[in-house]
Amino acid sequence: MNAIAARALGACLLFLASLPAHAIEIKRVVSPGGIEAWLVEDHKVPVIAIEWAFEGAGAADPKGKDGLANLAARTLDEGAGPYDSQAFAAKLQDSAIALGFDAGRDAFTGSVRTLKQNRDEAVELTRLALTEPRFDPEAVERMRAAVLSSLRRDQADPNYVSRRLFYSTAYPGHPYGDEIRGTLEALPTITPDDLRSFVKTQFGRDRLLVTASGDITPEDLGKALDRIFGALPAKAAVPAIPDAKPQGLGETLVATRPTAQTVMLMGQPGIQRSDPDWYAATVMNYVLGGGGFGSRLMEEVREKRGLSYGVYSYLISLDHSALVMAGGSTVNAKAGQALDIMRQEWKRMAEQGVTDQELADAKTYLTGSFPLQFSSTQAIARILLQVRRDRLGIDYLDKRDALINAVTQADVQRVAQRLLDPANLLTVLVGKPEGVTATRTLDGGS
Amino acid sequence: MSPAIRLFRRLVAAGALTLMTLSPAFAVEKGVFFPETFTLPNGMQVVVVTNKRVPVVTHMVWYKVGSADEARGVSGIAHFLEHLMFKGTDELPPGAFSRIVAKNGGRDNAFTSWDYTAYYQNVARDRLELVMKMESDRMSDLRLTDEVVYPERDVIIEERRQRIENEPADRIGEQINATLYVHHPYGTPIIGWPQEMSTLTREEAERFYKTWYAPNNAILVVSGDITAEELKPLAEKYYGAIPTRPVPERARVQEPPISAARRVILRDDEVRQPSIRRSWHAPSYRVDPNGHAYPLQVLSEIMSGGPTSRLYRSLVVDQRLATSAWLGYSPTSYDLGSIGMGASPAAGVPMDKLEAALEAELQKLLDKGVTDEEVATAKKRMLAEAAYARDSLTGPAQTLGAALATGQTIDDVENWPVRIDAVTADQVNAAARAVLGKTNHVTGLLLPLQDKGS
Repeated sequence: MNAIAARALGACLLFLASLPAHAIEIKRVVSPGGIEAWLVEDHKVPVIAIEWAFEGAGAADPKGKDGLANLAARTLDEGAGPYDSQAFAAKLQDSAIALGFDAGRDAFTGSVRTLKQNRDEAVELTRLALTEPRFDPEAVERMRAAVLSSLRRDQADPNYVSRRLFYSTAYPGHPYGDEIRGTLEALPTITPDDLRSFVKTQFGRDRLLVTASGDITPEDLGKALDRIFGALPAKAAVPAIPDAKPQGLGETLVATRPTAQTVMLMGQPGIQRSDPDWYAATVMNYVLGGGGFGSRLMEEVREKRGLSYGVYSYLISLDHSALVMAGGSTVNAKAGQALDIMRQEWKRMAEQGVTDQELADAKTYLTGSFPLQFSSTQAIARILLQVRRDRLGIDYLDKRDALINAVTQADVQRVAQRLLDPANLLTVLVGKPEGVTATRTLDGGS
Repeated sequence: MSPAIRLFRRLVAAGALTLMTLSPAFAVEKGVFFPETFTLPNGMQVVVVTNKRVPVVTHMVWYKVGSADEARGVSGIAHFLEHLMFKGTDELPPGAFSRIVAKNGGRDNAFTSWDYTAYYQNVARDRLELVMKMESDRMSDLRLTDEVVYPERDVIIEERRQRIENEPADRIGEQINATLYVHHPYGTPIIGWPQEMSTLTREEAERFYKTWYAPNNAILVVSGDITAEELKPLAEKYYGAIPTRPVPERARVQEPPISAARRVILRDDEVRQPSIRRSWHAPSYRVDPNGHAYPLQVLSEIMSGGPTSRLYRSLVVDQRLATSAWLGYSPTSYDLGSIGMGASPAAGVPMDKLEAALEAELQKLLDKGVTDEEVATAKKRMLAEAAYARDSLTGPAQTLGAALATGQTIDDVENWPVRIDAVTADQVNAAARAVLGKTNHVTGLLLPLQDKGS
């Protein structure tokens, strides 16, 4: 074991981030079995968090099996190896271990958080869930019922209805347009064998990214990596996903619902995380509607006119598409007015960009607030995983401030002109909006 | 993102967020957050929790006043004032507060509950003095004009629509609460009743501010990369300069004897997933003459702590009547608290069948009680889970602030592991019978317009 430890340590590369005073130091750990992880080692609190992603895993469910990846995520920790569902849950709870899985658009992710004293138990239970899940019929049925119940519950949520309508219109026939949790029709057809086949084909070490944080040394992490992931196949067979352009641009869809407010959601093609103009777009979004109070949308819609409790904009970068989005909610009678103002702000940004002062304020916020995200052991591991998934490099924390500070007014103007076109937005309204001209109206339930 | 009320703050306070540093195998000792504390000459209490992971701090000021301290007829004024606190002082124009915090790389917000109103900023350590200067400024020098007050009244009305009125599940929650408390102001929604919100005035907000916002009615809590020794000179300089003012006693009307079980039914066309919930009055930490607050937390873990809990195992796993089942209790309130249980039916299960199954679990608990083994397992899990409490920037400040604003002491918070560890099965059973054995509860049913299930 000593030789193995030495190898793990030998593979560590150290980088210092630019967080002032107390640097965050990221170590690159390569396990004896060749699995790489990034680690922020911190022995101040006796907690360990490990996060991982299988990139591309479950990104498209097989035909007629919509919701397979999500059901797998829900059922992986419902019994594994020698332990049935109840026994497995009791082991996690007795040791205060939080183990979870999530099926995302572009990756299947997982996380485990444990106290240092229960590390070996956490590693073993994680290994079992990933490599020997039982998928007992009782557990599969129970999780299926829970997913169906959550789908039914969400149909009373106008925000959910607006998101569903937006994405199904923007990405028809593409996995990005589907409900990740599946459909009321398809879910009942998923069998335990489907779940087993999912695990067998989707989890491969070629698709794996791992990060960790907390009270663990590089050599112990190296051992844990091999224990958890070492037995997985070298290669996964993940589905190929085509790139997708958002559809329905220029349309205004109204889903009539008896709600007190109109929920508004709008968007159009955005910018990839890997695009050189990403940071300019980030500044643009912050000024437009990403910055809460002080953002233009909040100022015009909420502060000046009291039309809404919250309006906002955001950027979404997926592996195969990107969106720039805005949303909010307002009393039905003022929906037309609020929507007009949001579109005017869209236009003003496209035509005029940002002022000197707005640019400067955006930079000090975007750089200064970053350390606030390092709020817990698990939060740190999560940030590292996102950096890895975005291919930003192990020295990204070091470079981030400079990348943001290099953005000029001309950069923002260029990216705003490229992205923002109020005539080309896909707009979805849920409620009983007044003063709005709909291109299509959908009545009743979703 | 914006000034927000946290309606469910009471459900996540002290009990769930505490730290025990020892392995449960050893004797449980006092110590959760290990805070330092001192009091300024003007009566303002200061609490510091040091956490040096990154050079940032959470700075919070808690006022010991909430919506339950409002006069009748002006419901929502405590929360409205919380919004207006961002609308300018003698030194800062409207909206400047949050803009300056953001410009300095910080995030700020505020929240109102029945028992407290809190304002906070998360900032880099070297910006702490700046936010202390601004927060202390608005403690005594708020300046409001009609031009900023009345558009903001429209904002809180939109907030009510968004939080309560858009979704049937939120609407019935408000109605259940209003039914559970027949006289105490906990039955009035924090955000206010709509017909009163639309008549709130600048003058009422100013009156509330002048009555309650004083250093001797506030608590400063700072967590993060700071010690009490470092904080003290700043606290003295900014908050210490504000004079003490007389503040009224918090005297809320109390609940009368209630002899009837009540039912609240909301049928709505939007509902696709029905649910049931039952609520009882319960002790809080502060109002707990029979010592039930700690045993009820252990009971909650036994009944509702994850997939191996009694309710989940019985209703979801064994009988397959429900897709979820829960029991929830929080003792962090100034006056009496509440305890509730509930479930969502599996597809095709009639609500009366689910309700009967919930009642059967309840009856089993009241008849046979919990076992020593169940209590031991629950305590072990609670104490182990508590070890994560300090692994957070804002969590310690939130738990301590809520505790102090509702009448607990730091000693109470720090002794949580010891008190949980001391709970016996007899105490859990006595508490369950005293609280859940009462029949003057409220049962809420959220149903589709046509209840096809039954």
